[in-house]
Amino acid sequence: MKKIEAIIRKSKFSEVKEALHEVGVNFFSYWDVTGMGNEKEGLVYRGVSYSTSDIQRRFLSIVVNDDFEDITVKTIIRSAATGVVGDGKIFVSDIKEAYRIRTGESGGETLK
Amino acid sequence: MEELTNQVSEINGVLDILWILVAGIFVFFMQAGFTLVEAGFTRSKNVINIIMKNLMDLCIGSLAFWIIGYTIMYGDSIGSFIGGPSLFFSEDGEMHNLFFQTVFCATAATIVSGAVAERTKFSTYLIFSLLMTTIIYPISGHWVWQGDGWLTKLGFIDFAGSTVVHSVGGWAGLVAAYLIGPRIGKYTNGKSNAIVGHNMLFGALGVFILWLGWFGFNPGSELAISGGSANNVAGIVITTNLAAAAGGAVALFLTWFKYGKPDISMTLNGALAGLVGITAGCAAVSPAGAAAIGVLSGIAVVFSIEFIDKKLKIDDPVGAISVHGVVGALGTLLVGVFAVDGGLLYGGGASQLGVQAIGVLGIGAWTVVVSFILLFILKKTLGLRVSEKEEIEGLDLHEHGMDAYNE
Repeated sequence: MKKIEAIIRKSKFSEVKEALHEVGVNFFSYWDVTGMGNEKEGLVYRGVSYSTSDIQRRFLSIVVNDDFEDITVKTIIRSAATGVVGDGKIFVSDIKEAYRIRTGESGGETLK
Repeated sequence: MEELTNQVSEINGVLDILWILVAGIFVFFMQAGFTLVEAGFTRSKNVINIIMKNLMDLCIGSLAFWIIGYTIMYGDSIGSFIGGPSLFFSEDGEMHNLFFQTVFCATAATIVSGAVAERTKFSTYLIFSLLMTTIIYPISGHWVWQGDGWLTKLGFIDFAGSTVVHSVGGWAGLVAAYLIGPRIGKYTNGKSNAIVGHNMLFGALGVFILWLGWFGFNPGSELAISGGSANNVAGIVITTNLAAAAGGAVALFLTWFKYGKPDISMTLNGALAGLVGITAGCAAVSPAGAAAIGVLSGIAVVFSIEFIDKKLKIDDPVGAISVHGVVGALGTLLVGVFAVDGGLLYGGGASQLGVQAIGVLGIGAWTVVVSFILLFILKKTLGLRVSEKEEIEGLDLHEHGMDAYNE
């Protein structure tokens, strides 16, 4: 099993969600994060300009079986990219075990 | 026939009292406006402190003014300088005046809280608020509004208080902000940093409420509505509204031009500046004059805020010094230019302008000197500022023991 962590633009979230549903990825968690990266925002407050490298993004955490790793990553890239600096990142790591809380079962079947 | 005349007279008297009370109630609500503006323009970790300062300005001001402040301001004049004080005012037939003047006094006191926000010791602030409402404000107010004050005798015009209320608050705020020093992190290596307000909606709501309150502040200062006063009051409502609108619009376009995007907080300050600017001359100028004063106030406030922040390096989180001090003085002077009766533009020459200047400088000097003395003493005794740790972690937590936003 693999954990796929994707940091994407908030504006792209519904597109990514739709695209993932279409390829059969229906379970994940997400939350809003603030981060630093290459994108810079030029802001002005009461005459003082400041460039904040604090940017707002959405973080998705998706755990899938190994055979889904490739399609999930490709789908996210396809639906979340805009071509402009600041589109985000995807990180893939290994997951040792998964459980369903309701029944106590474990293994790859719990991800379906 | 005489019976009828007496009855009409009585009804007129009742109408006047009613209007003064209603207008005073509108001015009372300005405290909510100040609270919202100050809370919106500062950080969420200090919201409770803002609320407490504004709330206590009202509480302390109401009590102090009743106990002694009102008679210092309106008592029989001693040397055209101060009123003969008496304690616990409760003269029959005068209580509406007590109320009306109390809420004006509370307004002057609460202006200071914005300029010193986010780093001032609460207990010291309360003491200064008491001193504002019993010493600083009533004495200079006596000079202009009691009837026998020395500025009244010179012909000084300040109908609703651009100088008496707003500049007094503004200059006291300047001295306080200077002596207290800037917030931690505001200036690094001589450069001003942006400390962004946490809620512009609060700021905007605050300005709307203040604008509404001003419809009591200015028109109420006619202190009558019966007979010819009705039309005067209507005229004042119009001059007030036009100045606010002009101030806001000009600030909007000016910041749009200067920064590339219209700045919400400056636009809000612009509307307030228009309101402060017209307060002195709201009964003496034409609608066109009011709009002109609004325009000049809006321009002045934008440049003043930047000057005080970036050049003088005095940290004023809400722009109170500019909105109330600088524009308060400007609006008072402009009466000498735009007054339909005797203004510079109406063939009256520069004499009214000269008198206005004397008032502005006289009350400015009084406020700055007395504030400086009192605050200097407070600085050396109780201390004006919270500790660095308290300031960084937030006044709400350390001075008041709780968060404003608990979830």
